[in-house]
Amino acid sequence: MAKRIDISGLNAYYGSFRAIEDISMAIEPRSVTAFIGPSGCGKSTFLRTLNRMHEVTPGGRVEGKVMLDDENLYGAGIDPVSVRREVGMVFQRPNPFPTMSVYDNVAAGLRLNGNYKKSELSDIVEKSLKGANLWNEVKDRLNKPGSGLSGGQQQRLCIARAIAVEPKVLLMDEPCSALDPISTLAIEDLIGELKERFTIVIVTHNMQQAARVSDRTAFFNLSAVGQPGKLIEIDDTERIFSNPSVQATEDYISGRFG
Amino acid sequence: MSQITDAPRRSSLQGATLPKWTPWAIAAGSVALGLGISAAAGLDSKIQWGLMAAVFFVIASYGVAARVEGPRQAKDRVATSLVWVAFLLAVVPLVSLIWVTVKRGVKVLDGYFLTHSMGLITDTEPGGGIYHAILGTLEQVAIATVISVPIGVLTAIYLVEYGRGRLAKAVTFFVDVMTGIPSIVAGLFVLSFWIIILDMGYSGFAGSMALTILMLPVIVRSTEEMLKLVPNELREASLALGVPKWRTIMKVVLPTSIGGITTGVMLAIARITGETAPVLLLVWGSSFINTNPFEDPQASLPMYIYLQYANSGGSGAAYDRAWAAALTLIAFVMILNLAARGIARWKAPKTGR
Amino acid sequence: MHRRLEPHAACGSADRRTSWTYPRKLLTLPPPPLRPPTPTRSPDADQKRAARGATRPGDRVFLGLSRGSGIFLLVIMAAIAVFLTYRSVIAISKDESNFLTTLEWNPTAAEPSFGIAVLVYGTIVSSIIAMVIAVPIAVGIALFITHYAPRKLGGPLSYVIDLLAAVPSIVYGLWGALVLAPQLIGLYGWLDDYFGWTGILDWQGGAPRSLFTVGVLLAIMILPIITSVSREVFRQAPQMHQEAALALGATRWEVIRMSVLPFGRSGVISASMLGLGRALGETMAVATVLSPSFEINASLLDPGGGTFAQNIASKFSEASEMGRDALIASGLVLFVITLLVNGAARMIIARRAEYSGANA
Repeated sequence: MAKRIDISGLNAYYGSFRAIEDISMAIEPRSVTAFIGPSGCGKSTFLRTLNRMHEVTPGGRVEGKVMLDDENLYGAGIDPVSVRREVGMVFQRPNPFPTMSVYDNVAAGLRLNGNYKKSELSDIVEKSLKGANLWNEVKDRLNKPGSGLSGGQQQRLCIARAIAVEPKVLLMDEPCSALDPISTLAIEDLIGELKERFTIVIVTHNMQQAARVSDRTAFFNLSAVGQPGKLIEIDDTERIFSNPSVQATEDYISGRFG
Repeated sequence: MSQITDAPRRSSLQGATLPKWTPWAIAAGSVALGLGISAAAGLDSKIQWGLMAAVFFVIASYGVAARVEGPRQAKDRVATSLVWVAFLLAVVPLVSLIWVTVKRGVKVLDGYFLTHSMGLITDTEPGGGIYHAILGTLEQVAIATVISVPIGVLTAIYLVEYGRGRLAKAVTFFVDVMTGIPSIVAGLFVLSFWIIILDMGYSGFAGSMALTILMLPVIVRSTEEMLKLVPNELREASLALGVPKWRTIMKVVLPTSIGGITTGVMLAIARITGETAPVLLLVWGSSFINTNPFEDPQASLPMYIYLQYANSGGSGAAYDRAWAAALTLIAFVMILNLAARGIARWKAPKTGR
Repeated sequence: MHRRLEPHAACGSADRRTSWTYPRKLLTLPPPPLRPPTPTRSPDADQKRAARGATRPGDRVFLGLSRGSGIFLLVIMAAIAVFLTYRSVIAISKDESNFLTTLEWNPTAAEPSFGIAVLVYGTIVSSIIAMVIAVPIAVGIALFITHYAPRKLGGPLSYVIDLLAAVPSIVYGLWGALVLAPQLIGLYGWLDDYFGWTGILDWQGGAPRSLFTVGVLLAIMILPIITSVSREVFRQAPQMHQEAALALGATRWEVIRMSVLPFGRSGVISASMLGLGRALGETMAVATVLSPSFEINASLLDPGGGTFAQNIASKFSEASEMGRDALIASGLVLFVITLLVNGAARMIIARRAEYSGANA
């Protein structure tokens, strides 16, 4: 079910500004890959090219290939809407639909994609909420507005919403940066469980978090402000944090810059 | 939905998409169909074939998209085409209005028309001009501006710089209420107290008073917005230098926002220049030149248009004059609008983006 | 082994640029803290006074002037209400028939008899027609500008729509009477052919100077105000909810339905109310287009009927003093109606402002 992603020669632009330059890497299925690097190095931009969200930004443009198993996401005739169903996304700030209840939030993606019977829908909602470790906390308030939950609960609600449509890949853009440590822990545990079913890519500023949750880590850097971001190296997390092959990575991880 | 959609699909990601030219092709087809039916049924109304073409366009978009791309994409396309149709529907009357006014207005609009009054020419005869009306409008609007700008700006200063408590809340609320007063009601008010109770007689000034009531809330609102845009740091910097508050307002706050305030005033002028109803009740109208706005009826441009139209008895000459006056009025209002927006853009506070 | 692992607090804000842009809010600054003067001169009040610094003559004069202007505005509003009510009471006390239900307008007769029933009907019907046409189109245009048009087109387009608002109403009237009305003959015939049986859309073949044409014209006139308010609301719809919908695989229309329309609903409602306020009070466009008569027609397409504002404008020049007072009475009713409609619109806007402020 989870799929492998192969990126080759990827460039992303904002208007005429090149935000990331010539990135090639492979992301393994059923694993967690973390993107780390200093601010402005294009991690988030790169993440958003993986489900074609980058082109939603005015002026956003992408060159290169992103292969989801054997299909190029940027190939001819590919429908970005279908891509985003296969590649789900969780954002930095929890963003449940404020006008919808907890239940409707989780069901939102399903309702878009077809006619489900009521019982079927309830089953999937329950399964997704359980999958996001949220079921026990919200099972009595499914009809209350989703915006009434705490920040950490909202973020898990967003994860439930994303996994309800059974994507192949789950992208997470600093999912814990707006949360307190306890909620963060809950999400990190959840990531560990979700990787059994999904290919997970996570952008994080917190290197401890990268070390804790990820199997592989990619380090991005930029040579100067205003220059495009580049992939410096990608390796097993263990290796990146103990014995990286590039000096810049070691400098960054040991806190000498960034 | 149907088998056709599923067969050519290679993968889950590859939705069948219509080529980019499809909407244009459907649009062309719809227009042709609309024209064709109109011609066959002998309809000559452009509105009708336009409406028909729009309806065909929406239906055809849905049909084609539903067959090829699936129902969700079809809904998306329908929404897109409805939104386009809405936009076109709004543009058509604007274009028609401007086009007709220019086409029919230029017939009699010349130097003579602008520099002569109607005098003794009756409404059904050709000739005459709008000099008296232009003069009346300029005087009435000028008086209204002179009264309402200081009051309006001072009120806005009160609300932004001093306003706290119940009085400020009441003023804010009633400025909103005033914005919604129909112009004819403002006219009736001046009529009831100035002409009926004080027995003052119809004059340009009476009209100016009604225009003032319409202009005040617009000026207060726009000035308020502009003053709020002035950063507090500027005020504090000036106060910290020991400058009294009123001089801070005069020397720092007002100069910073003067561009925006000017824009607001010009837009307000543009708005009241076209007001007809209160002028009709209070200025009464005249076909002679009356330079004194404080005594005796005057003319005014919008009222001139109305009277030429209403008293024409279908005479072509009167309609021509009405259109020419309308063209003059629109030109004046548009120039004010463009100038106001120009100033707004030129003087816009730098946002640092 | 992991070496020193530190959370990087320094990183963060710059990266957001790449993820999404938050809607830029207007920079609204609270006015400097000032208190209304306290009449009692306690030492406490003196202290406040000193802190406020309004002791200089220049400051006092300036504060007096600006507060005076504010009070002047309130006085005008009060005067409008008082004078209109005063003349209306005179008129209505002489009215020999019921002011609300009478179907005629004869204020100058020996036994004055006039009522606003026809005007209420005409005003409401023409405004409803205008709203039914204008609101969906305005919402469509607002969405077009914010979510559909190419970015470079959006600015000029809003500009064109704003220009529509700048055209004086008398010019709309002239255009409506001489250009729009003749164009509607075909549509009238068609409506009569297919829907004539309903009675409301029955057409005797007269000139199309009816409440329906008035409604169409009013729709064109209130389109800009509804569009520009809705546009601003749609523009503020949070980007993050739209992205959430997109990331679930929603099409553009689904994004709008899930995240933009729910957010903008109250804004659209209040925009419509503002438009309604305009339509109710519009005078000249109605006066030029409608061929009035003091009766209630079941058919919208047959000429006849009248609105408050139109009735005042067209009856005024021939009115005696009693006639003018009667018209003022009807004007007062119009004033109250527009006050209620506008007040409701403002309340919705205010409540929405609080709501979004709490969420920001």
